[in-house]
Amino acid sequence: MNIHDSHPLRDKAAFAGIGTSAFGNFPANDSYGLGCEALNMALDDAGLRPGDIDGLIVNRIPSYERFAEMMGINPQYCLLTETPGRFSGVSLSLAMQAVATGAAKTVALVYGNNGRSKRVNYGGGDSQWSAWGMTSPGASHAMMWRRHMHDYGTTHADLGWVAEAFRHHACLNPDAVMHGRPITRDDHATARPICEPLKLLDYCLINDGAVAWIITSAERARDMRRPPVLISGYARQDNFTYGSAPPTDYWQGAFAKVQSEIYSRAGIGRDELSGLGIYDNFSPTVLFSLEGMGFCPHGEGGNFVKDGTLRLGTGRLPTNTSGGHLSDSYMQGWGIIAECVRQLRGDCGARQIPNAETMQYICGTNIALSAIFRRG
Amino acid sequence: MKPVIDVWSTPFWDAAREGRLLVQRCTDTGQCFFPPAPVSPFTGRPHTEWVESSGRGELFSFVVFHQKYFPGFPTPYPVVMVKLDEGPMLLTNLRGAEASALKIGQRMHVVFDPDVDGITLPQFEIAA
Repeated sequence: MNIHDSHPLRDKAAFAGIGTSAFGNFPANDSYGLGCEALNMALDDAGLRPGDIDGLIVNRIPSYERFAEMMGINPQYCLLTETPGRFSGVSLSLAMQAVATGAAKTVALVYGNNGRSKRVNYGGGDSQWSAWGMTSPGASHAMMWRRHMHDYGTTHADLGWVAEAFRHHACLNPDAVMHGRPITRDDHATARPICEPLKLLDYCLINDGAVAWIITSAERARDMRRPPVLISGYARQDNFTYGSAPPTDYWQGAFAKVQSEIYSRAGIGRDELSGLGIYDNFSPTVLFSLEGMGFCPHGEGGNFVKDGTLRLGTGRLPTNTSGGHLSDSYMQGWGIIAECVRQLRGDCGARQIPNAETMQYICGTNIALSAIFRRG
Repeated sequence: MKPVIDVWSTPFWDAAREGRLLVQRCTDTGQCFFPPAPVSPFTGRPHTEWVESSGRGELFSFVVFHQKYFPGFPTPYPVVMVKLDEGPMLLTNLRGAEASALKIGQRMHVVFDPDVDGITLPQFEIAA
């Protein structure tokens, strides 16, 4: 390969360890305790100790300093990233850049969330539109989905294919919050409305839990306990909608830029992917992401997911094999990326994608981003 | 719920109390925008003026809340997304009709909710 064809960050950083805490309702714990649990699992996974960590990124844990002192980590690179779920992917890119530039050699990234036991419902409070009763990310997505149905003739029933596939995956995943609770597309159609046109099974879960990743250089990762998973490519385009109104283009403008860069940066084509991890805060986001990344034309997301395209075993693009935010755990992208790593290590048991070689993560938000991972 | 009123949006709320819907216009490009800001989002420059909106627009999308987030809003209630003829999007309430009467693309016009605690809330109804 001509060296000039290769993006400078391609395959330079790798996952050396991952850890996920138990998921559920833990009023006797908090984001620090859950974060420590996940990080210890990730350290054990990599065969490292806290003293080996010289970079630390924490998310949804209130204080990076308190977390670092608890774990006895005194890094040379340390920060807290913003709380929205788009920052899982952003944090990933910061770690890649830190490793590539030498700002840190081994970065621990720790996400902890105890929103379930604190009864967070992600709505209410003062905002630009609260005087008119407009609040919550779910309502914003409901607004987008209503318009998508108008523009393209999609239906609420199309979303049932997404919810049913991810619940099927959760039922194959003993760690998923919704393990053992299968649903049908009819259940999806008849669930109680939350913010119409969206209903309960279009919404992500809210649960407590934590996720940790350890990212280091591909070279160092090869000397660690588990086979490395390489970060082959990353691309991002922001599109901040004026006045915090729901975007009117389903992020297609931003996604077009991401799509134009991600596959060439990774050196991996769309047709070479073994599976996907899609940020499924709400079921429509999955369709917007598939359309945005060019898996199907704009407006065709509903037809694309029909007949189980995203479902393990029957579909050609197994997606969110852990169950995703809808049915595994609401870890705001952190858990979905950890699942991509597990797939590429072959650790997924009953929900394993056979011979998984490459996985793509896609996050449709006002920060539209994607990453491609491959087996090292 | 009381609106969030800051130094930039005070003229909007003052005008609403008089039954007028104001938006800001970028004097360099002629484009209107909302919510209010110190600068135009089209240029980043503080070259803006307040203009009175026609109060007319088109229904871009709408939702119906069943989840209760605010004590003052009995559920279910709709929120409509109206694209003003001047360009800006507003997220606002529907007056004088049920959500079942809404159709994307239909014409809407502003009405002013009577004062509650000194605040007049611009809302929208389906145009005749």
